[in-house]
Amino acid sequence: MFPFPEMKYELFPWLILFLPLLSVAVITLFTLRSKTVSSLISIGAVVTGFVLTLLFINANGFQFSGETSTNWLSIGGLQVDFGLKLDALSLMMLLVVTGVGGAIHIYSYGYMHDDRSMARFFAFLSLFTFSMLGIVLANNFLMMFIFWELVGVSSYLLIGFWFEKPSAGDAAKKAFITNRLGDFGFLFGILMVWGLLGSLNFGVLQSGIAAGTLALGASATLAGLLIFCGAMGKSAQFPLHVWLPDAMEGPTPVSALIHAATMVAAGVYMLCRTLFLFNAGSLHVISYIGGFTALLAALMAVQQNDIKRIIAYSTLSQLGYMVMTVGLNGPTPAMFHLTTHAFFKALLFLAAGSVIHGMHHEQDIWQMGNLRKKMPVTFLTFTIGTLALCGVPPFSGFYSKDAILAQALAQKSYLLFGVGVFVAALTTFYTFRLFFVVFMGREKSKAAAHAHESPLVMTLPLVALAVFAFAGGFIGITNNFGSQFIPDHEALSVAQQLTEPFHNLFPMLCGLGAVAAGLFLAYSLYNNAATDPLPAKLGGLATAMKNKFYFDEFYEATFIRAHDFLAAVADWLDRWILEGAIIGAIRGGTDLSGRALRLAQTGNLQTYAFLFVIGVALLLYFVLGK
Amino acid sequence: MHVGLHHYLFVSFLLFSLGLLGVIMRRNLLVIYMSLELMLNSANLALVSFSRFNHKLDGQVLVFFIITVAAAEVAVGLALIVALYRKRQSAHVEDLTGMKL
Repeated sequence: MFPFPEMKYELFPWLILFLPLLSVAVITLFTLRSKTVSSLISIGAVVTGFVLTLLFINANGFQFSGETSTNWLSIGGLQVDFGLKLDALSLMMLLVVTGVGGAIHIYSYGYMHDDRSMARFFAFLSLFTFSMLGIVLANNFLMMFIFWELVGVSSYLLIGFWFEKPSAGDAAKKAFITNRLGDFGFLFGILMVWGLLGSLNFGVLQSGIAAGTLALGASATLAGLLIFCGAMGKSAQFPLHVWLPDAMEGPTPVSALIHAATMVAAGVYMLCRTLFLFNAGSLHVISYIGGFTALLAALMAVQQNDIKRIIAYSTLSQLGYMVMTVGLNGPTPAMFHLTTHAFFKALLFLAAGSVIHGMHHEQDIWQMGNLRKKMPVTFLTFTIGTLALCGVPPFSGFYSKDAILAQALAQKSYLLFGVGVFVAALTTFYTFRLFFVVFMGREKSKAAAHAHESPLVMTLPLVALAVFAFAGGFIGITNNFGSQFIPDHEALSVAQQLTEPFHNLFPMLCGLGAVAAGLFLAYSLYNNAATDPLPAKLGGLATAMKNKFYFDEFYEATFIRAHDFLAAVADWLDRWILEGAIIGAIRGGTDLSGRALRLAQTGNLQTYAFLFVIGVALLLYFVLGK
Repeated sequence: MHVGLHHYLFVSFLLFSLGLLGVIMRRNLLVIYMSLELMLNSANLALVSFSRFNHKLDGQVLVFFIITVAAAEVAVGLALIVALYRKRQSAHVEDLTGMKL
């Protein structure tokens, strides 16, 4: 089909993909009784995947581009491959999923150690890893969609892991159903692409569109927006953003894996993978939805009091950044931010998990305080994560956020640039609010005074992630994505990457100014604060922020109410029309005619003989009489 | 007066109708049984007269069959009636409505 370069270790990508599935099978079939064996199998699968990825990249290089596929199904003109696409984009994502995922798997070993269903937890983690790797490696839309749904299922299982809590069960259902709404649009988009272009293979589509032999024509905007619906669900963009904060009901490693590093990144990854399909109109809509989500979520994060929810809203906001950047035709900065975000947000979630672990499952930040003394490693790594999230140089977030702001400015989208800068200030504000309240000041409860540092199996992954959260900005991540998206991209050395933002001073200064403003505000309001001073100052706005701008209530009153009404109508139709009238009439009619015919059975021999004679007479009349 | 096929058939029809009336109207099982035999024999009469007037022997062969089968049937039927009478102390059809639900 295409002339591909020679691929070394052709088997490795298949192994990387299927090892986690093997782990699921072994755990669920054989080792469910043993916590240790199950967790080691699961950790082994993902760490082996990481090592194989490194070996594969070492042998083939990042600039490699290839496919390895096998025909999976062919119905009429529809040919679907089960194939793996390997290029800079998917190789980088492989590293993120197996690397960050591996750190989270190891951390889970410590975090979940007292849970009696730990083996089940690791089986689900492996299932999730398998599905996510499938999305990353898929070379066609259908395969991607299947793994897309698998990710939805495994996230449902993981969010609802503590299903005995009703809130966890509800959150799992909410996440799954909200995602299904997005996936519905995604499926229609895929069908449109198949109907109009006749292929689902990314490579065929891309080269066809580039050469002008394939074109979506007038329906390009619609197709683009339908495909974006999928990303809207998975990456929790407005108006489908409501599931992500509730998903924090799952165990904290799940939040780190699914809701920071991988699953929510799948939407952005998918947009970058299929960017060639989108025209200017759909990209425009995408960028504004992303910008709006970033702003909305950042505002909501300001007034949350649950440590995990604050980070969850921050994730929403950063995802908004990424989607906005994709919409601004900047896949390189979007994927760059996705990667650095995976490092520092997974780090923040895991550090928050460590805090929760040390505080004996207390999540209210106003019950914490002064934890820097009790939990030094957690404190240090959380600080690095915070600085990276806010975008303080030279932490990784600074470089990726600067690339985003520069992209907005380069596309002359001044409104979105302004939104970006404002959100950066808000991000710094709420992150440092969290930081000051949890780690500084004095203890606000007895639990905080008796907090303890987490075991080594939990702090080591924190340190590993902290290294990348610090250095992620200048270790060549942009080079790899640039080589994918920008023709004749030139690789930059480490020193060039370090000074890259200084070539374009205006966005960098705006970003730094936003950080300084947010930090100043957070410091003046929250240093040594025992209660939140903001509600008194902002009044109704603070209440609205705390209640997430009443989106849940609004959806409850409109969509869910309307849906309940439709369900009630359907139930009524089923109960009274189908069951009552139609089935009832048939059943009742049979019964009634049976009862009537029964009267003819007198039991008297002579009546039967008489009827028999009449029957014969009638028969004779009809046969002979005419 | 010349006696033709029609006359024989008419007698056969009368016998058949009388038998049928007996089967439907009479109450005693034995009488019903005799009426049944009457119907069989009216059929025999019709067959014999067809055979005689058409100069073929098919009808006569059939009559032999009917007489043989009827003899066997009478043996079985009478045995049944006797058994029934012993059980119920009655040979009247009004008392035999066990087939009613």
